[in-house]
Amino acid sequence: MIETLMIYLDHTFVRYAIIVGVLIALSSSLLGVTLVLKRFSFIGDGLSHVAFGAMAIASVLNLTNKMTLILPITIICAVLLLRTGQNTRIKGDAAIAMISVGALAFGYLLMNLFSTSSNLTGDVCSTLFGSMSILTLTRWEVWLCMILSVIVVAVFVIFYNKIFAVTFDENFAKAVGTKADVYNLLIAVVIAVIIVLAMNLVGSLLISALVIFPALSAMRMFKNFLSVTIFSAILSVICAFSGIIISMLTGTPVGSTIVAVDVFAFLICSLIGLIKGVGK
Amino acid sequence: MSYITVKDLEVGYDKSVIAQKLNFEITSGEYLCIVGENGSGKSTLMKTLLGLLKPIGGQIIFGDDLQANEIGYLPQQTIVQKDFPASVKEIVLSGCQARCGLRPFYNKEEKALAKTNMERMGILDMADRCYRELSGGQQQRVLLARALCATRKVLLLDEPVAGLDPAVTADMYDLIESLNKEGITIIMISHDIAAAARYADHILHIGDDVFYGTKKDYEESDMGRYFLSGKKGGGSDD
Repeated sequence: MIETLMIYLDHTFVRYAIIVGVLIALSSSLLGVTLVLKRFSFIGDGLSHVAFGAMAIASVLNLTNKMTLILPITIICAVLLLRTGQNTRIKGDAAIAMISVGALAFGYLLMNLFSTSSNLTGDVCSTLFGSMSILTLTRWEVWLCMILSVIVVAVFVIFYNKIFAVTFDENFAKAVGTKADVYNLLIAVVIAVIIVLAMNLVGSLLISALVIFPALSAMRMFKNFLSVTIFSAILSVICAFSGIIISMLTGTPVGSTIVAVDVFAFLICSLIGLIKGVGK
Repeated sequence: MSYITVKDLEVGYDKSVIAQKLNFEITSGEYLCIVGENGSGKSTLMKTLLGLLKPIGGQIIFGDDLQANEIGYLPQQTIVQKDFPASVKEIVLSGCQARCGLRPFYNKEEKALAKTNMERMGILDMADRCYRELSGGQQQRVLLARALCATRKVLLLDEPVAGLDPAVTADMYDLIESLNKEGITIIMISHDIAAAARYADHILHIGDDVFYGTKKDYEESDMGRYFLSGKKGGGSDD
């Protein structure tokens, strides 16, 4: 088994996949707590469908660097969704459902009508569930993933205190003069970037899992924001790494394996949290 | 010059006016209580004072070196906070966010300020405890300590005793009174008119009729006598 692993690791693309996978897992876990608590998780889900639609357009246009199209479209939609969400709750919900389902349908339609690929179902499936796309990243995409992950982590660290303040109590933050709207916008843009990144790893349907599970697991075990954030980052990296290795050894799809490991970790964390809670 | 002067203010959401003809002023060291029925616009008025809502008409003038963001605010609890994984220390420290401006992290001074305020509120021993595990009264103390980090001058309290049991309620009122004696101006929203009349020195009663004046005047006015006698019906009876 170790030998098989060693043979795999000899290939540059496998090493790339692991590095990118770990970085994506790290950055996607950071905002998880904020998303869960601000009830933004549905925005993440909606945006992942938008990213799928954008991906379809990019493949129809035969772009070599699909990310150059997907990233701006997803960011614009994130900003738009946040805008509509501010007026009234229900309108915002409906807008998200509308945009995400619409993007999904149009994406599939476009791929069906214009795709030159002989294996259409396979293409769609790999966009939705990730499959092996992480192993086929070009060098350019690998660099872009790395740079974006580093930016996401840096933005999060720099604005950590503000993000905490805006998440915990938006009205208080506004009342003392923190520009909560600007930070909400920042959060939305970062989510969009994370989703586009994570799409390479787990596919657009499974992204929410990558964002939310580490945060939920950490919230079972820890009681302050800093430890929850750090633990969810570590957990996410461990899950992604072991998920990638397992999928290589057993030949299972990368995305769903990682998510399965995340779910498993969540169950363990819930159990530990339960035991700790009872002990008190 | 007073801290806050309100002239002919109309407050509400989306251009529909909820409360109007509001005229009052708040001077340093005062204890103003805003009372009124549910839906009379108390919370809307508070949000307008805090700058979270734009006034529909009239003016709010800040004077005496008080900046609009120098008001400490004790909001009502939100659902988000009920299961928020944060320690007491983290929450109190977030009251210093306005002092930071664009600086990303809190400095020693701000950490010391947070510690002082936790001590003041008697919650220093639970600094590392999780907020969601505290009792309602303890949570209010945490939020009060946070508000004190944001201001040295004015505190706005939105129903500070909502959901607290009688003993804790009395503690909370005493705590607020002692802050007022230390020189902090208090503006408190309450639907508990009896308590308002006991602690405040000025009363603003909003509803169909608006009353503003000292506690003494309120007790002697028809409106005050009516509400203080405990016959609190709808505000709209005629």
